[in-house]
Amino acid sequence: MYRIMKKAELRPTLMLLEIEAPRVARKARPGQFIILRVDKGGERIPITIHDVNHVTGGVSIIVQVVGSTTYKLNRLREGDFIQDFVGPLGRATDITQEKVCVIGGGVGCAIAYPVLKAFRAAWSEVHAIIGFRSADLVILEDEFRASSELLRVCTDDGSYGEKGFVTDALVDLIEAGNHYDEVFAVGPVGMQRGVSRATEPYGIKTTVSMAPLMIDGTGMCGCCRVSIGGEMKYACVDGPDFDAHKVDWDLAVQRSRSFYEFERHKYEETCNLFKKEVQ
Amino acid sequence: MANMSMQKNPMPSQDPEVRRQNFDEVALGYTEEQALDEAARCLQCKTKPCMKGCPVLVDIPGFIKKIEDKDYEGAYQVISQTSALPAVCGRVCPQESQCEKYCTRGVKGEPVGIGRLERFAADWHNDRSSARPEKPKSNGRRVAIVGSGPSGLTCAGDLVRLGYEVTVFEALHQAGGVLVYGIPEFRLPKRIVQKEVEGLKLQGVKIETNVVVGRSVSVDELLEEGFEAVFIGSGAGLPMFLEIPGIYARGVYSANEFLTRINLMKAYLPDTDTPLSHPNKVCVIGGGNVAMDAARCARRLGAEVTIAYRRGMEELPARKEEVEHAVEEGIQFETLCAPVAILTEEDVTSGLRLIRMELGEPDDSGRRRPREIPGSEFEIEADTVIMALGTSPNPLIKDTTAGLTINRKGGIVVNEDGLTSRERIYAGGDAVTGAATVILAMGAGKTAAKAIDEYLQGNKS
Repeated sequence: MYRIMKKAELRPTLMLLEIEAPRVARKARPGQFIILRVDKGGERIPITIHDVNHVTGGVSIIVQVVGSTTYKLNRLREGDFIQDFVGPLGRATDITQEKVCVIGGGVGCAIAYPVLKAFRAAWSEVHAIIGFRSADLVILEDEFRASSELLRVCTDDGSYGEKGFVTDALVDLIEAGNHYDEVFAVGPVGMQRGVSRATEPYGIKTTVSMAPLMIDGTGMCGCCRVSIGGEMKYACVDGPDFDAHKVDWDLAVQRSRSFYEFERHKYEETCNLFKKEVQ
Repeated sequence: MANMSMQKNPMPSQDPEVRRQNFDEVALGYTEEQALDEAARCLQCKTKPCMKGCPVLVDIPGFIKKIEDKDYEGAYQVISQTSALPAVCGRVCPQESQCEKYCTRGVKGEPVGIGRLERFAADWHNDRSSARPEKPKSNGRRVAIVGSGPSGLTCAGDLVRLGYEVTVFEALHQAGGVLVYGIPEFRLPKRIVQKEVEGLKLQGVKIETNVVVGRSVSVDELLEEGFEAVFIGSGAGLPMFLEIPGIYARGVYSANEFLTRINLMKAYLPDTDTPLSHPNKVCVIGGGNVAMDAARCARRLGAEVTIAYRRGMEELPARKEEVEHAVEEGIQFETLCAPVAILTEEDVTSGLRLIRMELGEPDDSGRRRPREIPGSEFEIEADTVIMALGTSPNPLIKDTTAGLTINRKGGIVVNEDGLTSRERIYAGGDAVTGAATVILAMGAGKTAAKAIDEYLQGNKS
C-alpha cells in the first residue's frame, strides 16, 4: 500500500497527488511514468511522473478525472492509501539539445513540465507553449513561466491568452526566426499529430511522449504497441518518447479508442454508485 | 500384485457443456479410491526409468509407493523434497513427454498416471495439513531473485531451505508470474499458487511486489545493496505479432494481453475495473498451449471460437489433453492456413483473410515446413483476433546490466550451472530459453540454487 502524502486540487477535476514511494523517487528521471492501481479489483493505469522529492521519497503525479479509476482516485484524501504504485517505467527523455520548445496541451502540461525543468537545468534555452480548451482549464502557467525564457499561452476559444492552437503559436515562433534544435510535445494525440505536421516542413527534430493503452508496463502484454517508421515498438520499454515524424498517427489514434464504450459505461456506473452512497 | 489394467484411471472432470460457462477448474482430481487403484498400476521398477524424464528428479516410484500404503502425507513429503510446487506440477506439467513417456507400463498400454497421482498427493496435503512449514535457521547471507514465476519461486525455495535470506522482486502487483497472469483459473486455480507462495513466505522468503528490476533498481544495485548473488527469472517478454495489415486495429490482442486481462486482472468479473470487450466471434492464431488457453477463455466469455494453425492437427505443439479439452468445449480448428490480413470496418476488426497451406519438406526442427497454396485465400468473420505466436525475452535486464552475454534470440546465455557471463549473476527459465514449460523453468531454478550455494560456500565472507 502506498500513502497519499499530499493532495491538491488544481481545478475541479484536476488533482495533484504526492505518493510515498521512495524506491520510485530515487530512480525517476524526466519523461518516465508509473503505473498505479487504486484498490483491489482496480485496473492498472499509466501516469507520467510530474515531480519527485528526494528528501521525503514522494512522487507527484497530476491526474485528470476522465473515467472510473481517476474518479475513484479523486475521492481519496491525504493520508489514504492506494493499492499499488510501480515505477519508474519507460526510458527517460533525452535532454541534450541546446535550444528547445516544449509544448504542453491540457493535462499533458503535467508531463511537459518536468521535461522543461530538466532542459532548463541542463542550461538549454527553453521556450514553452501551453494550450487549453478554455480559461477554466489552464494549469501550471506560473510554473512554466518560471522555467522558460519565453512562454505563450493559448486557448481554443480565446477565453484566456491568445486564441488558437499551440501549433499556431509554434509556427509563429519558428517564422519569427527561432531555430529550435528540438520540439518536445505532450498532449492529446490529435494535438501531438498537429505539432508533428507543423514542424515537418521545417525539418525540426520533434519528440512526442506517447500514452497508449497499457497493462503491465514491462514489455509483456504488447497492448502499447505503436508503429514507428514502419516498425512495431512498445511504448512501455522502447518509449514513451518517439520521433514524431516517424509515428503512424492514424494507427495511434485508432488504438487509443479501443475501449471507449466500455470506459464510458464504467465511468457512469462508478459515478452513479457514489451518488447513491451520498444519497 | 500390481493392477494390470492397460488403461489409466480417467480423470474426473466437469462436463464440457457446463464448464464452458464457468472459470472453475476443469479436472477435478482423483478420489482416494481412484488414486489407490492407479498407484497399484506402478511396477516399482528398480531402475526407475520415469525419473530420467523429470527435470527436477522427483522420486516417482517412492511417492507412488507411499500412496499405495495410504500414507498420502508421506507421498507429498517425498515429492516436496525435490519439487517446490507439487500442486502446480501435478496440473500443468506435460507428463506425456516427460516422466510418463519413460514408464514401463507405457510400452504396452497406457503409462501410470503419474501427474494425476502427484496432484492427488499435493491436494491431499493442501486440504488437510495444517502444519506450518518450518523456518530454517538463517546463515545471514542474502540472495536476490528477479521474478516470482516458476523458476524464481523454485530457486527461492531451495535457497531458503539452505538457510539463505532470500528476497524475490516481482514487477506486477501479485506474485506467481506466468502461473498468475498466463495460465487460466480453470487449469490452475489461483488459490493453489497463492498457497505455494504463502508456504515460501512462512519459510522466510521475502516477496517485494511492484519492483521492476532494470527500472526500479538495477541488478548491479542489488549486488551493491548487499545481495551476494542474483538469480534472474524474469520470464518471457515481448509478444510476437505478424506484421500484416490490420494488426493495430481495435479487437486485435496478443495472447499475453488477452490472458492478462482475464487471469491477472479478472476483467470478466463484474466488480473489477479492467476493460474487456465481450467477443462474439474469436479467431486465435497459433497452436501451442497458450493458444488453447486463450481460445478456452474466449469460449467462457460466450464467444464462438476458431483456432487457425498453419500446420495440421497432428503437428499442434499444444499438449494433447489441452487440444482434447478445447475440442470438447466446442472450439473449431481451421488447420493448414495462415493469416494474410485482418479485415476491419471503421478501424474495428470484422474478420480475417487466410491462405491455405500445405506441408512441404521437413525444416531444421524436423517438422514439415508449411508453404502457401497460391490463389487459395478465404475469409472468416471475427470481431476479435488473438495472436498466440510466442514471445521473445524481456529486454529490460539486458539493457541495464553491463557485461551480460545475450544470444541471437535475446535470451541470456548461461553455462550448465545457470551462471551468466557475469560472476554472481545467474539466470534461468524463459529469460534464458524463450517460451518453454513451467517444469523446465523450475529445473533451471533448482540448478541455479545449487550452483549459488556451492559458489557462496566456497567464498565464505
